[in-house]
Parts: sequence; structure tokens; C-alpha cells
Amino acid sequence: MTDFNAMTEALVSCDAEKLTELVNAAIKAGEPASKILNKGLIAGMDIVGEKMENGDMFIPEVLMAAQAMGACVEILKPLLGEGEGAAGASVIIGTVKGDLHDIGKNLVAMMMESAGLEVHNLGVDISPENFVEEIKNKNAQIVCLSALLTTTMPAMKQTVDAIVEAGLRDQVKIMVGGAPVTQAFADQIGADGFAADAGSASKMAKSYVN
Amino acid sequence: MFEVIGERINTSRKRVQAAVADRDADYIINDVKQQQQAGAKFIDVNAGARIGHEEADMRWLLDTIQPVCDIPLSLDSPDPAILEMAFAMVKMPPMINSISLENERFNAMMPFLSGKDCRVIALCMDDAGMPGSSDDILGRAKTLVDELNKIGIPTANIYVDPLVQPISTESSKGVMVLDAVRAIKAQFPEVHITGGLSNISYGLPQRHIINRTFVSLMMDAGMDSAIIDPLDKKIMATIKTADMLLGHDQFCMNYLKGVRAGAIES
Repeated sequence: MTDFNAMTEALVSCDAEKLTELVNAAIKAGEPASKILNKGLIAGMDIVGEKMENGDMFIPEVLMAAQAMGACVEILKPLLGEGEGAAGASVIIGTVKGDLHDIGKNLVAMMMESAGLEVHNLGVDISPENFVEEIKNKNAQIVCLSALLTTTMPAMKQTVDAIVEAGLRDQVKIMVGGAPVTQAFADQIGADGFAADAGSASKMAKSYVN
Repeated sequence: MFEVIGERINTSRKRVQAAVADRDADYIINDVKQQQQAGAKFIDVNAGARIGHEEADMRWLLDTIQPVCDIPLSLDSPDPAILEMAFAMVKMPPMINSISLENERFNAMMPFLSGKDCRVIALCMDDAGMPGSSDDILGRAKTLVDELNKIGIPTANIYVDPLVQPISTESSKGVMVLDAVRAIKAQFPEVHITGGLSNISYGLPQRHIINRTFVSLMMDAGMDSAIIDPLDKKIMATIKTADMLLGHDQFCMNYLKGVRAGAIES
């Protein structure tokens, strides 16, 4: 019997060596790769996200855990069947036009990826038209907009408006985040949700999918 | 002597935003007085957070602050039109916060700054984003100093902001900016180095101790100004103490005054 708890524990304690060992042992024991991914790794990253949200884990630890997970995903990839890797919805994430900050947004992308979502990270300084185009291309169900500056917050509203105008509003949930952004602002511009940190953003995205 | 740019009059702070929305002059006046008493050398004024109200808010803030303020203001906006309006209103030559190498901002700000008597905060940001190495920071600083010199801004009026980045995402980010500051000061001894410090501790617990320790390291490297909260007694005490240790405080007088005033405790 594979002990998936040990796997999540290794992940939460950022012990890459132990985690790799356990994943390899589970493969040897005949556990399906998708089960290892879901019950061991993704479950572990869910705990990491929660701990981050509660202030029990911090960015360097989250990055370490994600790196450990990434290494194990590489091991599992050749063993996963078609479509098994990306179990979740398609997510588009980017920093809005005029804003070049990407640290927070990259953390969110990483946490969502670790939660099993198919994340398309568009980068920084993304125009409303570009967001709209990518929603179509990637058949996105969730769109995440990031801004660090008060001066670029209006670009969030413009992006939401562009999504409405393109007739895609019913297809997607729109999430916003970044230092100056609040729930009140999210409501004001017609976004679906606001998340204060990467852990809660990932949780919110999953709640939209389930 | 280290120059503190008081950061508190910023409408992205909740209490200030409410005071500006309510036109609560007493609150703003009291805050500015406190910042001055605490040793600020400039008062930063940022009215950007209430979208659509920046011009009226900035005008009201300047009218409110100037009668009680004996130190220059740091006019904080990315919009040259707002800065032009504000520049015409100030009594003392201000600091302009800020210019960067991002094309849009650079092209808009250069004609505005040309020939003006002011100090300028110059951000080491360009269209590629945040700098990725100390050489990158130095290169951008050099371009900014050269371009600003060309339009008549003397090097001694330029405050280069090397852009402090979070150490939580990469442990070399502290050393990167420290090395850059040393290199900039070696090449341009007259230039000032300023910026926000609190980015360094983003994503980590107990941020204040990180910020305080970092400011003393940055001062050793050549930072001689920072955009901080002058009412944060602990960081002000650290700055005063570091200034003394670096030989910028004759006969340790400022340190001793600080101790006697109860502002510095070990």
C-alpha cells in the first residue's frame, strides 16, 4: 500500500529528495501515475496553498515545494495517459496593460498549475484585445488579471469590458489580484472574484471548476 | 546625511484616501507636521488612487499641505499633466517622482523636466521590466543620468532608484542591488541613491527587521535617501545610527540628540 500522506508530508516540508524517493517507490509498486499526481502531489500543494494563506508558509518555502513537485511531475509525465496531466480547466493569466510586474502573478500561476489546472501565463503588459484573443485560442474558463500599480487598475476594467464586448463574459470567470486591488474594486469593475494571495487564488479557481 | 522622503501622504493608504475624499484638512496637516518633526527631508504627495480624481485631489492636497510645510514636496505621479499643474503650485523647487526608461513614461517626462529646477527620482525600469542583474541596474542608471544631464538636470539632483526586489523569490536579490549601488556610486559619486526598501521583505514574516537591517547594508553601499514612513521609529533609529557609524554625524551629535529625545533605544 502506498502511503500518500507521507508524500504530501514530504511536499509540505519541502523535502525534494524524500518526495522523489516516495514517488519512485509508488511507481514501482504499480500505482497509476494519475493517482500519484492527484492523491500525493496535488493534495500536498493544496495544503501548501492553505498554509500560505494562513501565514504558516512563506514564498521561499512555497517555491521550494513547487520545485520539488515539478521534478516529480517530470518523472510522472511519460507515464500519464493523454489528457490525464491537466485534469482541470484552462486558465489564462497575465498582468494588464501598462504594468510590468510579474512576481505575484507568477506565484499564482505556479500554485494553479500545481493544483492541476492548465495554466497559460501570458506575461506582463497584456492588452485587453490580447486577453480576448487568448480566451478564444485557449478556450479558457478562467481569466486572471494582475496589477501592481494604481495607475494600471483602469486597465483591469478595460479588459473586463473587452471580454463583455467580445461576448465571452458567460464563458469565463474573471479573477483579479495585485497589491492595490480590493474586493470592492473587483465588484466595481464586474469581476467574479478577488484573491489576496496565491494560495487563495488557486483555491478560488478550483471552486469555479468544481 | 541621509534624506528621508516621507511616504505617508498617498491615497492608496486607506486612511489618507478617506481624508482626501472627505476633504479632511486637519488630518492631512497633522500627518505632514508629524512627518516633518520626525525628520523627513521631503514630503511625498501621491493622489493617484482615486481614479478620475487625481487632478482635483492633488490640487487640494497641495493647497492644504503647503501652508504648514517648510520642506520641499516630492510630487508623485506618472502623469506629466498632473506634475505640470503641481509644479506651478509649489513654493520650493520640488522633487519629481518619477521618470523611468519605459518608452511611454520617458518620452512624456523628458519635455516636462527639460530646464526645470527640481530633483528627480529616476527608476531603473525599462520596457523589458525589472532589472535582472546588477550590470543591468548600472546600465539603466547610466542611461538615465546621461539623458537627464543632457536636458540640464545636474547629477547631484538625480536620485537613482535601483528597484529593490523581493528576496523571497531569489536569495541573490539583496546582493544584486547592493552591488549595483556600489557600482553606480563609483561611477557617479554625486548621484543620490533612493527608493522603497520594503519590497525586499515581500513574502516573508517579520518584515520590519528585514527592512531595518537592509537599510543599513544599503547605506554602507551608498544609499543616501529612502522613501519610507518617518513615523516608523525603529527604522528612523536604525538610519540615524547607521549614519553615525558611516561617519556622517559630526561628534555623533544627531545620534545623541536622538537618544535624548527618546527616538533611539537599544
